[in-house]
Amino acid sequence: MIPATFEYHAPSNLKEAIRLLGEHNSGAKILAGGHSLLPMMKLRFAAPAHLIDLNRVPELKGIREQGGMIRIGAMTTENEIIASELLRTKCPLLPEAARQIADPQVRNCGTVGGDIAHGDPGNDHPAIALATEASFVLTGPKGERTVAADGFFLGTYSTQLQADEILTEIRVPAIGKGTGWAYCKLKRKTGDFATAAAAVQLQLDGNTCKKIVIALTNVAPTALKAKDAAALLTGKTIDDKLIEQAAQKVMSICDPAEDLRGDREYKTHMAAEMTRRAIRLALERAKGK
Amino acid sequence: MAKTHISFNLNGRPVDVLAEPRELLIHVLREQLAHTGPHIGCETSHCGACTVDLNGRSVKSCTVLAVQAQGGNVLTVEGLATNGTLHPLQEEFMQQHGLQCGFCTPGMLVRAYRFLQENPNPSEEEIRTGMSGNICRCTGYQNIVKAVQHAAKRLQAAGGK
Repeated sequence: MIPATFEYHAPSNLKEAIRLLGEHNSGAKILAGGHSLLPMMKLRFAAPAHLIDLNRVPELKGIREQGGMIRIGAMTTENEIIASELLRTKCPLLPEAARQIADPQVRNCGTVGGDIAHGDPGNDHPAIALATEASFVLTGPKGERTVAADGFFLGTYSTQLQADEILTEIRVPAIGKGTGWAYCKLKRKTGDFATAAAAVQLQLDGNTCKKIVIALTNVAPTALKAKDAAALLTGKTIDDKLIEQAAQKVMSICDPAEDLRGDREYKTHMAAEMTRRAIRLALERAKGK
Repeated sequence: MAKTHISFNLNGRPVDVLAEPRELLIHVLREQLAHTGPHIGCETSHCGACTVDLNGRSVKSCTVLAVQAQGGNVLTVEGLATNGTLHPLQEEFMQQHGLQCGFCTPGMLVRAYRFLQENPNPSEEEIRTGMSGNICRCTGYQNIVKAVQHAAKRLQAAGGK
């Protein structure tokens, strides 16, 4: 099982990559970690005439802090995210999610940028980016633009990324004092996509929930931000009754596709359960337990 | 489609092949370089039987293009033994009965080799997580975990070689 014929390009810098992409336009695909694209190419779901490999573009790698914002190069791998001390302290939701993605070998190749740009609702970083209120830097022939994660995902395999643009950086605000986080993912086995998953990031002021973002994986054509559920909890002291109400709100926005992981009803209920667990764990962490 | 020259180090020796860009590393290793240690199991990056070491990281060679190995270092199970002496991991897979049919074993060994470089003194839990990208349908994993534990001790005693 090998992909259809294509011409391979391995640019050594971003400028060259953008130029190649512009030159071959709709016939080209960007190769990041390759663990979504290459399987699709083997199955002929994708058959690009040109493949532009970003693995030899060093400027797209690395994690650094600038002005309260953590900047993550789009070609940073999942294992690099897990190993990052900076992320562990400033954006802990990212390594928590990365540890639950695929397996060690795949995490050596799979990248945060590829995970996001692919637009697959089963991928985990879209919900994490929503929950952390991240933004994405998209670079094209005319320069770069920054778009919020909220609104970036348009549908399955569809995002705001234009054909001549490359996702180059993910910007995540560093967490403030009293922040709790959790990513609770139900999966059948190592390496599987989520049956349902919930990402929660909240900030406490004493016992009051000053702010909370809830985002869901794989229960709709895109990652979902559960805005009504979050609004219910904001400004309140979160208790079991409120958590249950938020879980019900989450269920009302789920629109999952039935597949081997379960039917719509089951997935919807699992999204609610992952939300309950994630809120509880995030609360414990915010309180320093 | 024109073939490309690909040069890399395979188990410490320079090799040079001609391959189409669409050819996967596992196919080039097995069919052109006669390194049939890495196995083709699922071809969908799930099973780990094709695991090799590329530039010091474990990867599934069914989901890496051969051209991506250009200029790199590849280690397969054939590179573990030195001068006919088995690597402690290979010894311990034998001693602890860490294999039955043997199909997954080359991938298990190469993954375990890299895992113990990254974490020379792992807990059982860490071994299970570290080896979670490799599927075995015979052993139930218990003896594989034991083999990795024993190999870790031997390697530690020998100074982490």
